[in-house]
Amino acid sequence: MNGLTRTKLTITFWLCAALLSGCGQGEVKHFNTDDYPKALSDWGVIELQGEHLKVNDSAVVYDLNTALFSDYALKLRTVFVPNGESAGYHPEDTFAMPVGSIISKTFFYPKDSQGRLVTTGAWQGDPKDVSTATHQLVETRLLVRQIDGWDAVSYIWQGDEAYLSVAGKLQRFKLTNDKPLNYLVPSRNQCASCHATNHTTGEIRPIGIKSRHLNRTTDLYQENQLTHWQSKGILKGVVKPPAGNALWNDPDANLNHRARSYLDINCGHCHNPAGAADTSGLLLDYADHPKLVMGYCKPPIAAGRGSGGRLYSIVPGHPEASILSFRLETNNPAMMMPELGRSLVHNEGVELVSSWIADLEGECI
Amino acid sequence: MMNLNAIKLMSILALSAVVSACSQGPEQAPELSFQDSFRQALETATSGDVITVPEGTFAFDRSLILNTDGVTIRGQGMEKSILSFKGQIAGAEGLSVSASDFTIEDLAIEDTVGDALKVNEGNNIVIRRIRTEWTNGPDVNNGAYGIYPVQTTNVLIEGNVAIAASDAGVYVGQSKQVIVRNNRAEFNVAGIEVENTIGADVYQNVANNNTGGILVFNMPSIPQRGYATRVYDNDVNNNNTANFAAPGTAVSGVPAGSGIMVNSNDQVEIFNNRVADNNTANILISSYFSANYAGQRTLAAEFDPYPEEILIYDNTFSGGGRAPGFDYLVQLKNAIYGVDGAFPDIIWDGIIDPNKPEEKPVICVVNGDALLLNIDAGNEFENAGVDMQKHNCTVAKLAPIELAGT
Repeated sequence: MNGLTRTKLTITFWLCAALLSGCGQGEVKHFNTDDYPKALSDWGVIELQGEHLKVNDSAVVYDLNTALFSDYALKLRTVFVPNGESAGYHPEDTFAMPVGSIISKTFFYPKDSQGRLVTTGAWQGDPKDVSTATHQLVETRLLVRQIDGWDAVSYIWQGDEAYLSVAGKLQRFKLTNDKPLNYLVPSRNQCASCHATNHTTGEIRPIGIKSRHLNRTTDLYQENQLTHWQSKGILKGVVKPPAGNALWNDPDANLNHRARSYLDINCGHCHNPAGAADTSGLLLDYADHPKLVMGYCKPPIAAGRGSGGRLYSIVPGHPEASILSFRLETNNPAMMMPELGRSLVHNEGVELVSSWIADLEGECI
Repeated sequence: MMNLNAIKLMSILALSAVVSACSQGPEQAPELSFQDSFRQALETATSGDVITVPEGTFAFDRSLILNTDGVTIRGQGMEKSILSFKGQIAGAEGLSVSASDFTIEDLAIEDTVGDALKVNEGNNIVIRRIRTEWTNGPDVNNGAYGIYPVQTTNVLIEGNVAIAASDAGVYVGQSKQVIVRNNRAEFNVAGIEVENTIGADVYQNVANNNTGGILVFNMPSIPQRGYATRVYDNDVNNNNTANFAAPGTAVSGVPAGSGIMVNSNDQVEIFNNRVADNNTANILISSYFSANYAGQRTLAAEFDPYPEEILIYDNTFSGGGRAPGFDYLVQLKNAIYGVDGAFPDIIWDGIIDPNKPEEKPVICVVNGDALLLNIDAGNEFENAGVDMQKHNCTVAKLAPIELAGT
């Protein structure tokens, strides 16, 4: 072998190695909090290959029964658990995940031929169907299980890569009705506004990695997600999981179950007994709270203009008199709920909650 | 050799292309504006950081947020370092803080869409010489609270200026061990409001030209019941601004012309204040039931809607009581004191706990010739009248608040 050939071979090997390890087709990589890479693809969890999103083979795609409304964005979720390890099941709480676990959530929209975002898009949950030719990628958020707890970080898509964002950003898009969309990519601290579900400890935790949000058979795997996670070896200890939350838009599901599921994921991260909004005395997580605490005939505490001039959180039978409906119907940032994560009104969600309130019995005297 | 070098060069180019595709960010951004560097500093803060705001007016279109303990934010003065949120399109606050050992001083927060400065849960909070203002003046569309610590402990709020909040200029909620002093609150619905708080000293403040000057309230259905507040050495004048709160809010039930107001709270000491020309009354004491917002609502069983152990002494009163802020109070005033007359300095709704009528003194007044009118709101004002003998009592005085670490 002459020198030239050897050099060629070496270079070829190097190029392959660089491609494999550097661009995420190999293993998922872990980075410490002070050492996050600028490019999302360096994590190896998710990246663009040509026009298409590619999820690492060792990460599992999953979906929630009812998800947080985020300005009609579609979301691709993945979970990665280090090889040989697994998450510990819990019937109510977030699963205990080993150090090195990475959860990703990619926000995207279908777009029309003029690049305007479509808010009515449907997607069956397969990453392969997400293409930059037909979709606008917006951001990918990671939750990374570090030694001292979970940490949150966002990457903003620009061209064929997503780049680290610490301070967050207001992204300005146009919708198909030509109205603007001011999409807020959260800052790191804003991630904690929702993910520090225990506001006293301030500890960041995944919200969706709970039995009630996952317990469902999805189209993608044609099997129950909890079963799927177990068969992949990333979840252990599942014993008789309680029924999952409803799909908020499932016409066959019970109205109360759908509405409580919707409030649970959209409000319960703050409106829970230890959450940032326990100051309001209004608890909307899916637990067995007294009616007053759930808002029945409950006057506001410090809602300011957010009361919309209405007297009680929930007036049974009367969504038009209930603060809860008002908070969802407005998109004024001083008055709307949730406070973060939307600039549009989720009309279908409003309809659900209002139908539920209309269906409740009782009166406020 | 040419060939080899060419291959090497190409390979290096190819490699660097791969590397850059994988890990390089967009081009290095030009030097950050103050807005961006300030946000970056808040997002990446570590304990012990002092983040400074230079002289100037800096515009923000979305909330600022801090979650790190032990941070100080320091401007050059409340008229010099101005964070302006005019036209804000995202976030419910101007600056939102969830942290302990937090100090903020010498800057202004203007025209936020919601609350100006909110500190939610934390110990050892100092808010000093901050101005929160809606520069357009009183308006229902202004943000609710200016300075808003909630669920905080060991809190010092001093030397601030709070103007034109559509709820309260300074609002201390569900907190413990609080000192509110040397502040000026004007043209808010509530100037200074202490709510569901245990242990607060409110002194040497100026609360003029609000709808209500200084409020000590308890609200139901929240984790902490408040008691033990001292309100003293304050100037509370001309709180006659028409109520511009959103209907349905607690303070929308405050009649214009309220000087110092206690609602549903216990152990409140009001002394040495200079209280003048508040057109409903210089002092109002009421139960939850007669607050205009209450109606007859379902109350949690553990909630105590009655004010008890209120001690009023050595205040200087003048004027006031001539033009109450609610029609029913105007009619009552006219019926008892005539069209040209005035309510006395203190009015009380007279509603007491039916289960323990004689157990604790409700209101003790040791204040020269100042009179208290019981309007008997629980019996359609039937026996409204003054009987100072009933208020000739005393209760143990509260100890001063001493903040840890000062």
